[in-house]
Amino acid sequence: MTMPADPGTAPMPLVKARNVHKSFDRLEVLKGMDLDVAPGEVVVVLGPSGSGKSTFLRCLNNLESIDRGSIQIDGEQIGYQLRGQRLHKLSARAAARQRRRIGMVFQQFNLYPHLTVLQNVIEAPVGVHGRSRPDAEREALALLARVGLSDKVDSYPRQLSGGQQQRVAIARALAIKPKLMLFDEPTSALDPELVGEVLSTMRDLAEQGLTMIVVTHEIGFAREAADRVIFMDGGTVVEQGKPADILMNPQHARTRAFLSRFI
Amino acid sequence: MTAAARRPAMSVPDDSGELSLRDVARAHQPIRYGYWLLWLASVAVLLKFAWIVASNKNFEWGVVAKWLTAESILRGLAVTLGLAASSMVIGIALGLLLAVARMSSNNLLRLLSGLYIWVFRGTPLLVQLVFWYNLSMLFPVISLGIPFGPDLVSWNANDLITPLTAAIAGLSLNEAAYMAEIIRGGLLSVDPGQHETAKAFSMTRARALRRIIIPQAMRSIIPPTGNQLISMIKATSLVSVIAMGDLLYSVQAVYNRTFEVIPLLLVAVAWYLLVTSILNAVQSVIESYYARGEKGVSAPASHPLASA
Repeated sequence: MTMPADPGTAPMPLVKARNVHKSFDRLEVLKGMDLDVAPGEVVVVLGPSGSGKSTFLRCLNNLESIDRGSIQIDGEQIGYQLRGQRLHKLSARAAARQRRRIGMVFQQFNLYPHLTVLQNVIEAPVGVHGRSRPDAEREALALLARVGLSDKVDSYPRQLSGGQQQRVAIARALAIKPKLMLFDEPTSALDPELVGEVLSTMRDLAEQGLTMIVVTHEIGFAREAADRVIFMDGGTVVEQGKPADILMNPQHARTRAFLSRFI
Repeated sequence: MTAAARRPAMSVPDDSGELSLRDVARAHQPIRYGYWLLWLASVAVLLKFAWIVASNKNFEWGVVAKWLTAESILRGLAVTLGLAASSMVIGIALGLLLAVARMSSNNLLRLLSGLYIWVFRGTPLLVQLVFWYNLSMLFPVISLGIPFGPDLVSWNANDLITPLTAAIAGLSLNEAAYMAEIIRGGLLSVDPGQHETAKAFSMTRARALRRIIIPQAMRSIIPPTGNQLISMIKATSLVSVIAMGDLLYSVQAVYNRTFEVIPLLLVAVAWYLLVTSILNAVQSVIESYYARGEKGVSAPASHPLASA
């Protein structure tokens, strides 16, 4: 049984996922995911490995196509177009265009190694969104200042620590002015002492009203920055609610078992 | 005697004398006699060998010097370089298309590309050159049209096929097959996370390839491509069988007349070696361009790993 979203949030959800199923060959990873995310909401997704959290995140921006169900972001169906009464699959070009306002931060940072930090950040704005180079550079410098990396603009990713690389990745995702930011275990590949700087950057973004869906194991971040916490297991949502409720007072045995490892 | 008394005092060790004796920074640096002896011996042997070759009358160095910059030789060299350059350019361009086709999700493209690579890698270059040259014998008229239907445009094969076009066609189409596999290997070597990230930032496949994937693949593509280019310089000598006057053909034309086989071959060797050396240097420059951003390459203004 899932708990309903907080009634105080905006009526029109930014993300509307219904009955999402996804299989890889014979293995069904998502077995009917339902999720609503309101604009400006910060949702943290917890769950054991294999629960399908990363897969679900990657279905939201169509990096993986879903087998059943539907995902709508800002009123637009992801991957498909409704013409009359029939759904038609989008061409690769149209599907790419849908991803324009969805930013993503990956566990392995995935910065472009052959480009400098500044070039990494302006690559999508200039190349995909058609912004002029001077404008994009100005905005990029502002973003890099915001994440505290003004002195690294001409460095190559390889010369940065993991925490710095991830902050560049966050700036790079913010540069496309996203409506929705997806974070796929952003601190899991970092040394413990570097986790803090990335989490504090993410907390700032949360406070500024960015809509974020964060898959993470960082319970502290969930407690401090999340508007809603979702516990996933076996490809579905087991329970969801306010951080204080889920983390302090989980209703399901599976949630309790998972959280007992952290608390 | 108590245990404390038996144990040596740890608080203020007075071993400054001991430390200066045992500091490894002051260790004796041995002279590697064996290493330097080997160097000396190798240099001596090489010098002696060079001297033997240089003073050997049988090489006829005078003849080599005479023909090294002769006009017919230089013309042959120009043909070799021109053929190699144009065939490599066409071969790389076509090879890139084949590689992308070979990796596409479109099964038909994959199959056609694979078929091409199989045919052109599976048959000897010499045979391919002979076939192209003799195409007019097999297909007197070449036409484009609807299969099993009417022809839209046709040419007389004799007009299309000259030794030059046959040479370029043979060399470049063969090269494309090898370049396709080299490029495909390079594309595969790029971290899959890069493909995914480019996709997540809504780049189309073409843009992702052009801006993100191929620049990173270049590091793996350049060394084998350099190999291919150097091989091509020498493979052009095969066109002598279809009566194209490349460097080797010109050299053979002279020694068939004067019977000075070894000196003339040395002329060819000298030119091939010079061109290859220049290409080596160019390859190094190109490789260091594509290696920017990698470990060990010169750093920009900011200090690496300084905490933000």
